[in-house]
Amino acid sequence: MIDKEIKRLNARNITDREFFYGHKACPGCGGSLAVRLALKVIGERSCSVLPAGCMSAVGFIYPQMAFTANAMISTFPGTASLLSGIAAGARALGIEDFHAVGFAGDGGTADIGIQALSGAIDRNDKIIYICYDNEAYMNTGIQKSGLTPYGTRTTTSPAGQNLPGSITHKKRLFEIVAAHGIEYAAVASMGYPIDYMNKVNKAKHCRGTSFIHVYASCPTGWGTPTETSIEVAKEAVDCGLWVLAEYEKGEFRLTRKPKSFTSVEDHLKKQGRYRHLSERDLSEIVRHRDDNWERIRSAWKV
Amino acid sequence: MVEDKRFISGDDAVAFGARLARPHVISAYPITPQTVVVERLSEMVEDGSLKAEFMHVESEHSAISAAMGVSVTGARVFTATSSQGLLYMAEGLFYSAGGRFPIVMMNANRSLALPWSIYGDQSDSLSQLNSGWIQVYVEDAQEVLDMIIQAYRVAEDPSVLTPFMVNLDGFLLTHTYEPVSIPDQAMVDAFLPPFSTHNKISFEKPLNIGFSTTPQDNLEYKYQQHKAMLDSVEVIQKVDAEFAERFGRRYGGLVEEYFCNDAEVVLVTLGSVTGTARVVVDRMRETGRRVGLLKIRYMRPFPVNEVNRVCETVKRVGIIDRDISFGYEGTVFTNVNSALSRLNNPPETVNFICGLGGRDIPKEDLEGMFLQLLDGSGSGKLERVQFIGMRVSINDR
Amino acid sequence: MKNRPGITKWERPSHIDDYPVGPSFDAGHLITTNAAWRTFRPVIDLAKCTGCYRCYLVCPDGVIFKKEDKVDIDLDFCKGCGVCSYECRVDAIEMIKESGK
Repeated sequence: MIDKEIKRLNARNITDREFFYGHKACPGCGGSLAVRLALKVIGERSCSVLPAGCMSAVGFIYPQMAFTANAMISTFPGTASLLSGIAAGARALGIEDFHAVGFAGDGGTADIGIQALSGAIDRNDKIIYICYDNEAYMNTGIQKSGLTPYGTRTTTSPAGQNLPGSITHKKRLFEIVAAHGIEYAAVASMGYPIDYMNKVNKAKHCRGTSFIHVYASCPTGWGTPTETSIEVAKEAVDCGLWVLAEYEKGEFRLTRKPKSFTSVEDHLKKQGRYRHLSERDLSEIVRHRDDNWERIRSAWKV
Repeated sequence: MVEDKRFISGDDAVAFGARLARPHVISAYPITPQTVVVERLSEMVEDGSLKAEFMHVESEHSAISAAMGVSVTGARVFTATSSQGLLYMAEGLFYSAGGRFPIVMMNANRSLALPWSIYGDQSDSLSQLNSGWIQVYVEDAQEVLDMIIQAYRVAEDPSVLTPFMVNLDGFLLTHTYEPVSIPDQAMVDAFLPPFSTHNKISFEKPLNIGFSTTPQDNLEYKYQQHKAMLDSVEVIQKVDAEFAERFGRRYGGLVEEYFCNDAEVVLVTLGSVTGTARVVVDRMRETGRRVGLLKIRYMRPFPVNEVNRVCETVKRVGIIDRDISFGYEGTVFTNVNSALSRLNNPPETVNFICGLGGRDIPKEDLEGMFLQLLDGSGSGKLERVQFIGMRVSINDR
Repeated sequence: MKNRPGITKWERPSHIDDYPVGPSFDAGHLITTNAAWRTFRPVIDLAKCTGCYRCYLVCPDGVIFKKEDKVDIDLDFCKGCGVCSYECRVDAIEMIKESGK
């Protein structure tokens, strides 16, 4: 149960300290902002765990260590299990006021890391798991993952005469996590950074496992200008492709209840990874968005 | 002091040994024939006699990953597995050794699929000799209990900081019952101090752990690991001697020699088959045949000097392998031959591949091996790699 | 305590014992800056700046910091991505082309 009296965070009252600094991420990286802001919320009495992926690759190349608090690279499938072990060790040694937090990509979470994540939630280990979703295996060069949306051009789902890019829709990661009966899970976006920080803060106050799925723009992989990194992550929410929500005490709650959506086509056509979309592809994407909203409105009772 | 002696299985003995070592966390996944270990440990946690947390991990990969997490907080951890599980965590074996986490793991030696087999052989751990783990192979239940305790002493030594695998033969040792002496907890506490390391998270001096290296630095890190394994030899011998002093049981360090001093021929063994071989040596010595037995205990670090000292003066050496590197030879054979290549005049060596997938190695087969080594072949050398105990003919039809 | 790390003077190990046993190393140990990545550099017009701290919030690299009631930039680590300039609601940040050194 989360205390309702949790302080609301904003740019003014957040700590001035930086915990992820001097790293080698691409300019405009949404993932690095996700890590930066989360660590400002969580603070120095922490250990960050990162699997193979962009954030570990850019943050820990001997002797350049970009994390100013404790941090460790896990095996690719093992983010959640390493976190569980750290939480167990800290518990055994009586280390209090301590947070084990993981930052894994969409591939590292929904594909190769899902077994360990499921086990951690099942054990209700006191860990915070943050999945920064840039919708492909970016670190290895933009390959399709289980969270790559339909119609996305990636290097392993090219768009050409025969295929529109990826032919599957995103796994419902948030709902898979919620189906475990987790104490707290949330969906956020780097386009709404204050909302994201406050969701991380709620996660920080959990007794057991908590999970945040955050949309993190990738200018390099998406073919968007670096300066629009925040805006494109906001537009994804505004046009209904990305849902901001929470799951707490067994109930779903929408963070925003949009009365109308902005144009999906405008949002997608700005991105290099979607420039190939035909009318048919676009209408499939819009159909799926509408079906998804209809489904969650009834399934989540919102 | 009244000795606490019990009639228990090898798996039970592992649990007793682990409890005495006072781990903070057990992170293990069940797999035949290790299951009794995790069952006993969870009973001990439940009844309060083991003050540890039992993590129900959802796979062996998660077991080793969680074990690293425990270790990096500075807490002591124990895990256990076998064959398919060991291979599932293979990535984690290299990871934890490179990460210098002194995890102790019991491995029930079991055949690797395919064919699927729950029965014992040593192909699992022998396939992971390169992982960077110290590996010991025990002969009986008493030795496994004692080695779990010694393992923490060796692994956690600041000059070593290397994870340690204690191997015991699946079913042959895990599920057979023997009288085992359970050491007194206070005596173990005096022998094994609490875990202390610099390689852990800290709030005063935070660390970034498990980083990546460019080609500029990787070679040096690997050398560092290699050096630590070489340095562990001295620690292993010291710990063996101190254990003998305190608990009255001496195992001899990297190897144990049985009637090697004046032997004409020697058989090299790993694990439980050593016990059978001892009986055969005794019997043959009674008939005047000068046979000897070299029990290799540690496969890593490998006892190069000990193997060479023993084999230098013998006519022929037979090496038993309960594994096979397909298309070539057994792993123990490869390791022994490499050591012997340093000698000016190495003896003839023969590889006896047997005991795979739980196949029995009866005394008659061992006697046959010794007779081959003693009598040689009429002209030239003995067949170098022999599969012993085949039930069918392998000649061309 | 400093709010963010700077450059540490570091010498390459010359002996095996100089390598950390690990591999683990001091947190926040930086030996290279990111300034050379830039093609454009952000320049803040403090007269226009209202001190809303949005640029500070959204900088992916955390190089914008609060100074008095407004902000300043650690140019050692700014990559010139332009997010701050784009997101500033009063157009107080301009991206100027680096002259090329």
